Amino acid sequence: MMVAQGRVEVMKAGKFLMYFEGDTSVLAGVYGPAEVKVSKEIFNKATLEVILRPKIGLPGVAEKSRERLIRNTCEAVVLGALHPRTSITIVLQIISDAGSLLACCLNAACMALVDAGVPMRALFCGVTCALDADGTLVLDPTAKQEKEARAVLTFALDSVDQKLLMSTTKGLFSNAELQQCLAAAQAASQHVFRFYRESLQRRYSKS
Amino acid sequence: MKETPLSNCERRFLLRAIEEKKRLDGRQTYDYRSIKISFGTDYGCCIVELGKTRVLGQVSCELVSPKLNRATEGILFFNLELSQMAAPAFEPGRQSDLLVKLNRLLERCLRNSKCIDTESLCVVAGEKVWQIRVDLHLLNHDGNIIDAASIAAIVALCHFRRPDVSVQGDEVTLYTPEERAPVPLSIHHMPICVSFAFFQQGTFLLVDPSEREERVMDGLLVIAMNKHREICTLQSSGGIMLLNEQVLRCSKIAGVKVAEITELIQKALENDEKVRKEGGKFGFAESIANHRITAFRMEKAPVDTSDVEEKAEEIIAEAAPPPEVVSNPVLWTPGTAQIGEGIENSWGDLEDSEKEEEGGGSDEAIVLDSVRVATDVDVPSAGSRDAPIVLSDSEEEDMIILEPGKSPRKVRTQTISAKQEKAPSKKPVKKRKKKRPAN
Repeated sequence: MMVAQGRVEVMKAGKFLMYFEGDTSVLAGVYGPAEVKVSKEIFNKATLEVILRPKIGLPGVAEKSRERLIRNTCEAVVLGALHPRTSITIVLQIISDAGSLLACCLNAACMALVDAGVPMRALFCGVTCALDADGTLVLDPTAKQEKEARAVLTFALDSVDQKLLMSTTKGLFSNAELQQCLAAAQAASQHVFRFYRESLQRRYSKS
Repeated sequence: MKETPLSNCERRFLLRAIEEKKRLDGRQTYDYRSIKISFGTDYGCCIVELGKTRVLGQVSCELVSPKLNRATEGILFFNLELSQMAAPAFEPGRQSDLLVKLNRLLERCLRNSKCIDTESLCVVAGEKVWQIRVDLHLLNHDGNIIDAASIAAIVALCHFRRPDVSVQGDEVTLYTPEERAPVPLSIHHMPICVSFAFFQQGTFLLVDPSEREERVMDGLLVIAMNKHREICTLQSSGGIMLLNEQVLRCSKIAGVKVAEITELIQKALENDEKVRKEGGKFGFAESIANHRITAFRMEKAPVDTSDVEEKAEEIIAEAAPPPEVVSNPVLWTPGTAQIGEGIENSWGDLEDSEKEEEGGGSDEAIVLDSVRVATDVDVPSAGSRDAPIVLSDSEEEDMIILEPGKSPRKVRTQTISAKQEKAPSKKPVKKRKKKRPAN
């Protein structure tokens, strides 16, 4: 799992982040807490909005469903109660897709939220597992591996106890395989959190 | 989010500075900002940075049937999107004017100038042609979107490779990139837009306006030119009145700028091709300088999953067995059964229609959240029952069936005509309460 990340300077009162995982890269920007339309206002917490734009074509149903998954994950960790009647918008632009896209989007979103200074109760990360025809577990699969796999599972785990925040699966797998994938994802998430920590240390080393 | 308005003092400051031939970022009047072009791992993917304005361009292709009146030409499709991350004011519903203007300008510049040979995109005349789709996403708005977008579009088109196709008689073979190397598009020339902003009713002009300068400008002149000094598109907007020598002067400046930009593009394309041929690493990750403090990279790391199987088995062993999926149904009377407790019926009486409970046997789709499964109408159960709908041509709105010994049962009829007539009733009709009291 090669994880590389680049960050772009502050632009337009928002914060930007380009997150690469292998050849998959996602650009994330966070706006907020900012003004919210009265129709979308929630009286006691912040309204979270996620916008995911694909590279080719207009956004469709798949993007909508991914947006919802990411939003649900973020709502579980962001301390919205500290900013009532505001909106926090996370904009994700897919730069290239070479497998494990949802996990990459989750990681980019988390880092962008941290960089923007949005209060959260934990960090989160996304990990994708693929189970191929003979039951071998592959973490962070490429697009080819995902296509040929029997099942693809994506988990969002939190940084405090590696608890499960969100899971979405596609394909056939047994109960034991699910638990194995989850345990493997928890082990992998340690690497991602280490990456977060080191990159933030580097970022703020000269302030 | 609403756009922050420009304050009057800022506007005055900018205009005064322009009168003295000074720009906020220290450029000269005819200077362009630095242009950076980087390519992605896929063919046809590029990011162009004009100062801080960034545009992502991606070209894709698909085999489709051609248009009826152009049976031997391929189809070109351009789409520029102003992403919300470009500026807080770019909300999905709100930017139609600017978006339409930019899209239209881009189309005129690239499609009407015939820079791409559409005849070469034809595979089988009248049946299959290539549809080339160019998607541009504005990632950050710092002025002069149109220039950056036109550069991104033409660079992406030059970089793109489409799959090779061969036609033998009636047979068409489409080769995958592994079988045969993909083929570049045939591009005649590279039109590039150059923008000129005018201030003080055409007295002062600036090339490549930044976002602040765009906000205070009076009008904009866009000239699309190629390196052979042919004008592909010209657009003047904002209602400024320009003299013909001003336009000629602008076109001369544009010629010089376009020559420089075209050279830059050629160099970038050559570099990328060299790197790909030599097998070096390419892509956006490589183009971000490693030593920058804001960039961090971690190499491939194997994850230790040796104890995963044992952990998983432990969890399964400790987990409680799954609860019984179907609880035992309770049989009230022959034909009525109940599964689960059920929640309060929270549907109040609707104004004109009555809710009809599903009649039918217990072989109906059972909602797992527990639903009182009831059968036909003739089994009375606790509470008032709704009668089935009788579709009839009758003009009577409310048909009351009178039966001796029983309270009048209302039968709802669906009338086809709009007439409202009350049926004569023998018994006084009890006005039905609109809201059922909660039981």
